[in-house]
Amino acid sequence: MTTPLIVFFVLAALAVIGAISLILQKHPIHSALSLIVVMVALAGLYLLMGAEFVAAVQIIVYGGAIMVLFVFVIMLLNAGIEEHTNLSRLAGPPGLLLVAALAAFVAATIARSGASVQTAAQTGALSSTKGISEMVFKDFVYPFELTSFLILVAILGAVVLAQREKS
Amino acid sequence: MRAFFASSPEFTITIAKIAILLFIVLTVNAYLTWFERKVVAHIQSRWGPHRVGPHGLLQPMADGLKFLFKEDPTPAGVDKFVYYLAPLLALALALTSIAIIPFGPDPIRLRGHDIYLGIAPLNLNIGILALFAITALGVYGVALAGWSSNSKYPLLGGLRSSAQMISYELTLTMSVVGVLLMAGSFNLRDIINAQARHPEWGILGWNLWPQILGFFCFFTAAVAETNRVPFDLPEAESELVAGFHTEYASFKFAMFFIAEYTSMITVSCLCTIMFFGGWLSPFPASWTVTQYLPSVILIPFGLWVILDGLRYETVFGRLVLPAIGTAITTVGLILIVDPRHINEFIQAPFWFLSKVLVFLFIYVWMRGTLPRFRYDQLMAFGWKLLLPVSIVNVILTSFVILAKMQWGHQ
Repeated sequence: MTTPLIVFFVLAALAVIGAISLILQKHPIHSALSLIVVMVALAGLYLLMGAEFVAAVQIIVYGGAIMVLFVFVIMLLNAGIEEHTNLSRLAGPPGLLLVAALAAFVAATIARSGASVQTAAQTGALSSTKGISEMVFKDFVYPFELTSFLILVAILGAVVLAQREKS
Repeated sequence: MRAFFASSPEFTITIAKIAILLFIVLTVNAYLTWFERKVVAHIQSRWGPHRVGPHGLLQPMADGLKFLFKEDPTPAGVDKFVYYLAPLLALALALTSIAIIPFGPDPIRLRGHDIYLGIAPLNLNIGILALFAITALGVYGVALAGWSSNSKYPLLGGLRSSAQMISYELTLTMSVVGVLLMAGSFNLRDIINAQARHPEWGILGWNLWPQILGFFCFFTAAVAETNRVPFDLPEAESELVAGFHTEYASFKFAMFFIAEYTSMITVSCLCTIMFFGGWLSPFPASWTVTQYLPSVILIPFGLWVILDGLRYETVFGRLVLPAIGTAITTVGLILIVDPRHINEFIQAPFWFLSKVLVFLFIYVWMRGTLPRFRYDQLMAFGWKLLLPVSIVNVILTSFVILAKMQWGHQ
């Protein structure tokens, strides 16, 4: 086995274990920590593909900013160990079925287009910062601006909601 | 195993570099505590540590031993896993961030291998982003320590620190965008080299002048990120006992301590690289006389240490201090004679370390003189002043660069 392949399997195992632990942990903080492990492992996988910029942003935005907010809110609300209600117990079996279906779907897709999936990682556009910025600000400039507008609307909405509660 | 190390010398070199850098950083950390106590003491008209060793120079070792041998109780009702994870996380991330800093431009040639100063590879194209990624994760050490301690004051400290770090991280990232625009690269070496475009300008070519707004925002946000005075609300002694590390004793406390000092060093290195020309000399390149500056500083300092040592009260001091002084003076003399171009080589690391030392002094200076922010002042300052100013800085820089490009084409 080559070194990148070993690194891939270690990171992939870390991501999968983190994801399973995210569901199985009883305490919300432990779940959030598991999610951080998944994020960082994914960043490692991006790095392995040569997408340095995406890897760094993955950690800064998801691992750092967003998950810190999650942890912050959990700490602020002092959330305790999760409680099971009848409905949440009922959700288990259909959820497992859904997971199986999703896994089968993904596996089928990968099996059908095996060759193209392998080469997708090596396309140059995503690897360099310049490639990404050219893609975002030239080829997809309108969808990009539309997304940022959407985020702006969401921020304004949050501010309005917070203000209304105060008064 | 031996065959593997023989076949890939880079691997061996990197491991050796990590060991050496770790040793240097931990030693510097230890003496930074001594330096801080001495400087703050003199600011407050005291002597500071002076009992253990001459001028208290062995105090850091005594402190280290004390940390190792103290009782290490685990409070009741803590979340054990997170409680033990938090100091590890804080220390590991702080030490990792040092690995990305380059300390000099030229390699040391050893048995046909070029050994560059700094652990990260030369073409680390996401240099500054990688540093920010590590800083972004650094919040967890503090936040989780506060939460897992199962105690009121640490929890408040942890909450404060999360809020503070989220707020100031935005400014930290925005304020370097101007520098990145000017350099056109994330690579720390490229950023320094971009400041050497006009070798005759010396200090005037540094990013400090066009990016003075950015530097102001960056340094303020960086001090806040490292939880130092005047932004040390997460561990405000008079309000929160010791904040997030109240329930940590012995070496777990030391780990937080080392993490804080290491991140101080990283931030000082970063300020030097981004705004103060990294390892570039502040003098124009044609002034070759300035290469004797390390000797000019070292020889008088060494002579002063010898003189001071001869008059010292204790016998131990009268033996040790002249020995240290002689060593310093000898190094200075060797650099003047310069048999193997050592002086030429150490110029870049000399300037780099001098600038870092100045920033570390400023850190301590601020601790000795500034009062702490109130919490609402802290938030208002971060969101309403620093962040808008750093965004304005980005816009201004972009316009200037755009204008230069238009102008240049005609």
